[in-house]
Amino acid sequence: MTPEWIHPGLVLIAGAWILPFCRGRAKRAVMILLPAAALVDCFLIQPGTYGVVRFLGQEVVFGRADRLSLVFSYVFALVALVGMVYSLHVNDDAQHVAALTYAGAALGAVFAGDFLSLFLFWELMALSAALLVLLRRRPAASAAGFRYVLVHVFAGLCLFAGIVLHFTQTGSLSFGDLSPYAGSAAFTLILIAFLVNAAVPPLGAWLPDAYPEATATSAVFLTAFTTKSAIYALIRGFAGTEILVWWGAAMAVYGVVYAVLENDARRLLAYHIISQVGYMVCGVGLGTELALNGATAHAFAHILYKALLFMGAGAVLQVTGLRKLSDMGGLYKTMPVTLALYMVGAFAISAVPLFSGFVTKSMVVSAAGESHRPAIYLLLTLASSGTFLHTGLKLPYYMFFGKDRGLRAQEPPRNMLVAMGLAAVACVVIGVTPMVLYSQLPFRVDYIPYTVRHVTATLGLLGFTALGFFLLLKQLDPEPVVSLDTDWFYRRGGAAIQNFTQGALARLEGSVSRVSDVVMQRFVLGVGAQLRNIDLRGVDAIMEGVGRVTEEVSRDLTLTSTGHVQRYALVMAAGILAGVALAVFAW
Amino acid sequence: MTPKRWLYAVLVVFAVGEIAGPHLFPADHAHFWFEDIPAWGSIYGLVSCLLIIIVSKILGKLWLTRPENYYDS
Repeated sequence: MTPEWIHPGLVLIAGAWILPFCRGRAKRAVMILLPAAALVDCFLIQPGTYGVVRFLGQEVVFGRADRLSLVFSYVFALVALVGMVYSLHVNDDAQHVAALTYAGAALGAVFAGDFLSLFLFWELMALSAALLVLLRRRPAASAAGFRYVLVHVFAGLCLFAGIVLHFTQTGSLSFGDLSPYAGSAAFTLILIAFLVNAAVPPLGAWLPDAYPEATATSAVFLTAFTTKSAIYALIRGFAGTEILVWWGAAMAVYGVVYAVLENDARRLLAYHIISQVGYMVCGVGLGTELALNGATAHAFAHILYKALLFMGAGAVLQVTGLRKLSDMGGLYKTMPVTLALYMVGAFAISAVPLFSGFVTKSMVVSAAGESHRPAIYLLLTLASSGTFLHTGLKLPYYMFFGKDRGLRAQEPPRNMLVAMGLAAVACVVIGVTPMVLYSQLPFRVDYIPYTVRHVTATLGLLGFTALGFFLLLKQLDPEPVVSLDTDWFYRRGGAAIQNFTQGALARLEGSVSRVSDVVMQRFVLGVGAQLRNIDLRGVDAIMEGVGRVTEEVSRDLTLTSTGHVQRYALVMAAGILAGVALAVFAW
Repeated sequence: MTPKRWLYAVLVVFAVGEIAGPHLFPADHAHFWFEDIPAWGSIYGLVSCLLIIIVSKILGKLWLTRPENYYDS
């Protein structure tokens, strides 16, 4: 490791262990200084290759710094800082260490230039994220945490198998564009591993399952790293993979559909992570410079506004202890600052002009337009309407307005508001001066988001979405239900297998045994009976006959063997006489 | 003015702006023919919103939703 290169991930992972030895002010100072140092470190890194280690005859590259990895590292370090400010009031070292390790591992994955170091940090990310879920220390959180481990062990095995196959085919472990190997088993396995982490349905149900079970503060970290490091890896390895265009667009709509049905505030937001990551996956699939820039920029903006939204819902959870929309209402009176900051995030995710989503999401949508894909363009635009419908209208309406339930609430601790303020400022800065972000993107940007057509069409889309919302408001009242997703297979699948073994399988077994009865009784036993008859009547009769004849002959013979010498002598004399007579009369 | 009237007033402004905008500043071009339909964004926004709510609710009723304790039992 050369002096000009200090791995920002290492700063967080190693530095985290200072925390248990500090108290009070010193601890809070370290909590802020660590991610701040990592952020400054990232800004100081010049493009190049650092931290090359030889291991088992292979080059392991811990520091591939280019425009793509650097822009991701900036936002990862930034959101780690925001998250730590948000967690300042939490007195739980284990959570802080896990959160910093998680952020550090994400930075490690982004700077990894080869598959070995990527795999190392990939697994560290999975473990520390699972730990963050488990550390809520409730039965529901433990169960969700273990399901998280289950899914990510599967993804890790896919990645490992893919890496081994890739190595045996190419003899190289360097991680770059994999499109020359499209269709190979290694390509598919690595793609599946990345898609699991990007929460692409049907592999993504772990996300809305696990994230809402984490604590208010841990969830902020969780929303940032796993899915977006997967987007980074997809951009790096799978740009221009056609299937991702359709998968991403479907994913954007899928998240929106589930958000309609969702009652848990943070689970609703979690489904919108899936929806937003869908735009990025689609951008990766489109693969043009505008699309890849769009995927990167949208990941950047998304990390910040999604953290802000989770911080808003987390603040309500922190103050009221409530997580279901059907229990909330009327909080605008007691939590106006939280509401205002939340709405900045909501406008950013909904792509309202002057907020960050407007200048990043539209790059992907425009890339679909430039690639002449009307269906993708329409699907992504439809999902935009759905995003505003839920995050910008439904959630704030039922949480802060709606039916006043007389909840006793107040603003959350000041550090939480400061963290939300930081993220809100970032959302507005990116929205108002997009060149700040555009100048950091991997390719040169000549895209202009603020055109008359784009602004007026977006305002029309959002405004009339609001009209639709108020027209169907009655339909949208949150209901106390859960929605089936693909996590059903590993949550209820076991019981279903049991039912199956007791029901259908038992009936199947019954009919098999009936069939076998028929076969056995009618056929096998019948044949056996016939064989037995043959045996009895034929073989035995022959054997008995032979025996009986032998017995009779021997009984007759015993008559001759009396043991009297005179009789033997008589028989012998008779024999001699007969022989003499034969000799005399024959010749 | 009631909030409802405010919403309607804003919607009228948005729709008129969307119809008039591209004629006043004809510089930027559309990707697809349907974007040149007057007030395209407004129409598509309303249709999208209604479609999403209705289709999702039907899917939920027929298939996807279960009682809250579904996974606990």
